[in-house]
Amino acid sequence: MTVTIYIPGDSGALALGAEKVARAVAGEIQNRGLDARIVRNGSRGLYWLEPMVEVETETGRVAYGPVKASDVAALFDAGLVSGGSHPLSLGNPEDIPFLKRQTRLTFARCGIVAPLSLNDYQSHGGLAGLRKAVGMTPADVVRTVTESGLRGRGGAGFPTGIKWKTVLDTAADRKYIVCNADEGDSATFADRMIMEGDPFVLVEGMTIAGLATGATKGFVYIRSEYPHAIAVMTAAVDIARNAGILGTTVLGSPNAFDIEIRSGAGAYVCGEETSLLNSLEGKRGVVRAKPPLPAIQGLFGKPTVINNVISLASVPVILDRGAEHYKDFGMGRSRGTIPIQIAGNVKHGGLFEAAFGMTLGELVDDIGGGTATGRPVKAVQVGGPLGAYFPRELFDTPFDYEAFAGKDGLIGHAGITVFDDSADMLKQARFAMEFCAIESCGKCTPCRIGSTRGVETLDKLAAGIEPDKQIALVTDLCNTMKFGSLCALGGFTPYPVMSALTHFREDFAPRPMQEAAE
Amino acid sequence: MQHAGTDVAERATVIVHDLMELEGPLLPILHSIQHEFGYVPSETLPVIAEALNLSNAEVHGVVTFYHDYRSHPAGRHVLKICQAEACQSMGSDHVAAKIKQLLGIGFHETTRDGAVTLEPVYCLGLCACAPAAMLDGEPIGRLNDEALEEISAAVRL
Repeated sequence: MTVTIYIPGDSGALALGAEKVARAVAGEIQNRGLDARIVRNGSRGLYWLEPMVEVETETGRVAYGPVKASDVAALFDAGLVSGGSHPLSLGNPEDIPFLKRQTRLTFARCGIVAPLSLNDYQSHGGLAGLRKAVGMTPADVVRTVTESGLRGRGGAGFPTGIKWKTVLDTAADRKYIVCNADEGDSATFADRMIMEGDPFVLVEGMTIAGLATGATKGFVYIRSEYPHAIAVMTAAVDIARNAGILGTTVLGSPNAFDIEIRSGAGAYVCGEETSLLNSLEGKRGVVRAKPPLPAIQGLFGKPTVINNVISLASVPVILDRGAEHYKDFGMGRSRGTIPIQIAGNVKHGGLFEAAFGMTLGELVDDIGGGTATGRPVKAVQVGGPLGAYFPRELFDTPFDYEAFAGKDGLIGHAGITVFDDSADMLKQARFAMEFCAIESCGKCTPCRIGSTRGVETLDKLAAGIEPDKQIALVTDLCNTMKFGSLCALGGFTPYPVMSALTHFREDFAPRPMQEAAE
Repeated sequence: MQHAGTDVAERATVIVHDLMELEGPLLPILHSIQHEFGYVPSETLPVIAEALNLSNAEVHGVVTFYHDYRSHPAGRHVLKICQAEACQSMGSDHVAAKIKQLLGIGFHETTRDGAVTLEPVYCLGLCACAPAAMLDGEPIGRLNDEALEEISAAVRL
């Protein structure tokens, strides 16, 4: 029987040498005359173990990692094709605590299936949600999504079902589903992983959104920094169209729905929904004032559902297993699961999908295993460049939209960047302002000018020029940016700045010692 | 030079007419033009504007808004070094300083021999493999001095 060997084609695995490993494995298969084939799967999300090679054996999968190309011959000598023992053996990957402790609903297939195999997709539960949706009324589909409690996973946390209902209830000759795959926040890679590892789940989720709202056309706007995700999604859409999932008759129903993949052009602000719509229309990615809401006047002025990748990719499992099943996970008003990305200076970095409610400390210390450098954790930034820096004193905060807001932070797209005690929080605060200045679309003054003034003020503070005055000024400036900016770029830049200032005030004090040392 | 300019306009016209039926065709057209020429030549802007019924200023405004579009050709290789927070936590400052020293250029510059253009990038989605970079579209993670020296040597071949 042909043995199947899985070697991830995920960008993260490729960044760590998966391509060389795949070539070496192919060479060994040929030289040894083995009856084996290689499948390039997505990543399971255990990046400290990537490239993680898995072999399908009679007793299930056996994993090895992290594998270097130079390890491959020895792995075959040790009997890799039958799951033989080797120092890199990890056993059954599902028993690795990092995976075992997860609740994988959205990422159920990621890292397991061949990303572009529709057979794999369907044999692992794919298309079951869409099949159910085809037999339901649009209003019932929307109700199911509303009742599941799903909230926008892009960061804003707006209830997905309510957005869909607005689009369903707005009459128009044409409506759109836009998938925001402009995942620009540092520490986030869940969108990339799902697009590279299980692209059909996004196709399915968008198609369900189309049926639910009466939209017939979908766009996936993927950032240009993700060439591999663009390639996989483009291929997946073609395959889905040829299989009759997309096109004039979705799964043989009277409903039409098709998807087009678009590439961004390197503007962070296009992750903001109205800016993204302008970009899709071929304009400068400048933010639009709301109202009108995109759900009423969105792409090309038509009613538009604009959702993040993970929101849409969570819809199939909700339709398949029901709103109650999804809603039973989580806490408070944060229902279901959230794919948390643990990144930066961390020992066990990767993707951890879990029900809402785990504390930040559990995620960083237990799951993440502390820092990669082995030094104490000083701060973690949650929610990307616009998220707050939390000190260890706030590690009891549960992962929940409201709990984070209550501590002047945000979950955002659920990325956590860990910093060790060498981090300079004044420098991090300055970077937040600098990044805002680089990426500001320029439409509103608090963001465009405020960010530049913020950099200057923090530079004066660093130089020890009237420190109290600079702190008062930057605090006032942050207040203006927070309440006066049109979108989250200018509006949320104060989160990292003010949290650094509040929780790490010692880093903002004059530094005679350091200067003397230099 | 007249000939070269005409040639650019002709090639741009083919691209524009291929893509102009798309909904919101401007970004796909600009991506395709950059793919064809390695940058967005200024001679192509009037061609695009004419076909899409836009003003030259509107097209210019779009081209200059996005970081991806180049007004000049890049080097044979493009090396993007991530400078965002997750990579910062793993020493991306050092990575940037080291590669600048190895290549003898700063960000947004190209080596004199035209071998490589160096650029900062704000997140490649490789945040659990930091510090990260992308060389000609291929991701590279957990950069250290040795890897940077290899990259620096490889791009000069």
